[in-house]
Amino acid sequence: MMQTLSMLDLEPFLLSFKLAATTTVILFFISLPLAWYLSQTRSKLKPFLEAVTALPIVLPPSVLGFYILWALSYNSPVGSFFQEYFGIKLVFNFTGLVVASCFYSLPFMVQPLQSGFEGLNKNMIEASFISGKSKIKTLLRVALPNIKPALITAMIVTFAHTVGEFGVVLMVGGSIPGETKVASVAIYEMVEMMDYDLAHIYSAIMLFISFLVLLGVYIFNHKHNKKFGAV
Amino acid sequence: MINIDIHKTLYGTNGEMNLGVKLNIKEYDFVALSGKSGSGKTTLLRILAGLEDAKGNIEVSGKIWLDDKNSLSPQKREIGFVFQDYALFANMTIEQNLLFVKRDKKLAKHLLSLSELDSLKDRYPNTLSGGQQQRVALCRALMNKPKLLLMDEPLSALDPHMRVKLQNEILMLHKEFGTTTIMVSHDPSEIYHLASRVVVLNNGQIVDDGLPKDVLLKTSGSQKFSFEGKLLDIIKVDVINIAIVAIGQQLVEVVVSSDEAKSLKVGSDVKVSTKAFSPTIKPLG
Repeated sequence: MMQTLSMLDLEPFLLSFKLAATTTVILFFISLPLAWYLSQTRSKLKPFLEAVTALPIVLPPSVLGFYILWALSYNSPVGSFFQEYFGIKLVFNFTGLVVASCFYSLPFMVQPLQSGFEGLNKNMIEASFISGKSKIKTLLRVALPNIKPALITAMIVTFAHTVGEFGVVLMVGGSIPGETKVASVAIYEMVEMMDYDLAHIYSAIMLFISFLVLLGVYIFNHKHNKKFGAV
Repeated sequence: MINIDIHKTLYGTNGEMNLGVKLNIKEYDFVALSGKSGSGKTTLLRILAGLEDAKGNIEVSGKIWLDDKNSLSPQKREIGFVFQDYALFANMTIEQNLLFVKRDKKLAKHLLSLSELDSLKDRYPNTLSGGQQQRVALCRALMNKPKLLLMDEPLSALDPHMRVKLQNEILMLHKEFGTTTIMVSHDPSEIYHLASRVVVLNNGQIVDDGLPKDVLLKTSGSQKFSFEGKLLDIIKVDVINIAIVAIGQQLVEVVVSSDEAKSLKVGSDVKVSTKAFSPTIKPLG
C-alpha cells in the first residue's frame, strides 16, 4: 500500500486542476456580461438564449462531445480556420479540452450569476443608473460586489464540475498522459485495467477534495449572509 | 418649468389602464402626488426618471427629456430619486454610498452632518434603522445636486415619530438645495406639511389638482372638526370627568359626562369631534 502511495502519479490531478482553473477564469469573463444581459433584458430572445445556455446540463456528454469533436476537428470550418491561421489544433490536446470544458460548464457559471443578479434589489441598480453611472460601472461596482455568494458559488461549482467532467473530455481529448489524461479519465482507465487499489486512492482523493471545496462554499455563504444580510 | 404630457397603457391588477398625465410644474415647487394604490403614481414617477418608457413629451427647464424620437437615459437626466425601500448600496458604507454618486467629500460631509449621520458614516446600511437608512438615501439623492427630486412614498415604511422628523428634514433639504420636488404620498398630514401643491390621480388620470388645503379638506368632505386619537386617561375632577387624548403629537383634554366616561376604555382609539360653530348656507349655482 505504502509503495503504491509513493509511486502515485499526481499528474492527472494537476492536469484536472489546471484545466478547471483555466476554464473557470475564461468562463467568468464570458459569463459575466452574458448573465448580466440575461438578468436585465426584456428581449424576446431571452428564453432562446437561456435554453441554449442550459443545453449542456441536459445533453448526454457523449452528444456534446461528439458535436464539439465534429466542430473542432480539422475537417470542420472552425477547426481548419484555427489550424490554418493560428496553427492551433483544437482536438486531442489541452487547448481542445479547455474549449470543450467551456461549453460543458457554461451553465454552471451563467446560472448562479444570473439568479444572483436577478435576486438583487432592482431599485438599487436603478439608483445607480439615476446617479449617472453606466451599465458597466453599475455591474462592476454595485451588482457584482452584492452577489458575492452567488459569485463564489458560480466559480467553485464551475471549477468542481470541470474537475468532475468525464465524457466530453474522453471524446475530445482522449487519454494522452500529461496532455489530456485528467483524473476522471485516469480513474476510468484504472478500473478498466482492474487496478482497484489505485482507483480507490484516486477516487478517495477526488471525494475528499470535492467535499472540502463544497464545505468551504457553504461556510462562506453562511458567514456572508450573516454579515451583510441576504441582499 | 417642467412640462409633462405623457401617456402609457398599463396592465395592472385591475386590467388595462390608460395613464395620461398633462402637468406643468413650476421650478422650486413641492408637488405631492396622491391617489389610491394602482392609480399610476409610481409609474408616472418612474417615467419621469426614465426608468420606464412612455409616449409623449417631457421638457425640463428647456431640455427635452422625452419626445417622439428620443428618450434621455436615467443617467443623463440629473435627478435624485428616493425609493420606498431605501435601496442603498449594501456593499458600501454610508459615506461610500454618497461618494459613489459624486466624489465630493465636502458635500457628503455637509449632508451627513445636516442629517445627523456623521457618526454612522463608516457603518454598512444593513446595520442602520429604517429611518436612518432613508435619511442616507435622501442624502445620496442630493449628492448630484439634482434639479428634480423624485420620492416614491419615502416615509411610508417608518413609524409616525420618525416620519415627522424626516418630513422636517425633507423640507429643509428641499429649500437648501433649491430642488423641484415631486413626492408620492398617501398621508394627508405629510402632504399638508410638505407640499405646496397636490395632484390626485385616479385610474391614470388627474382628478384633482390644487393647494393641499383645498384638495385635502375637500376630499374629507365635511367642515366639522374631527380628529382621531388615543384615549390615555380619564381623570375625575370634582363632578366632571376629563378625558386626556393624544392626537398626533399633542395631548388634549375633553370634558366628558360620567355616562360617557363609563363607555370609554382607556387605551382605545377614539374620535374627538365637534360640530361647526356657525354653519353657513348658500344657494347652489
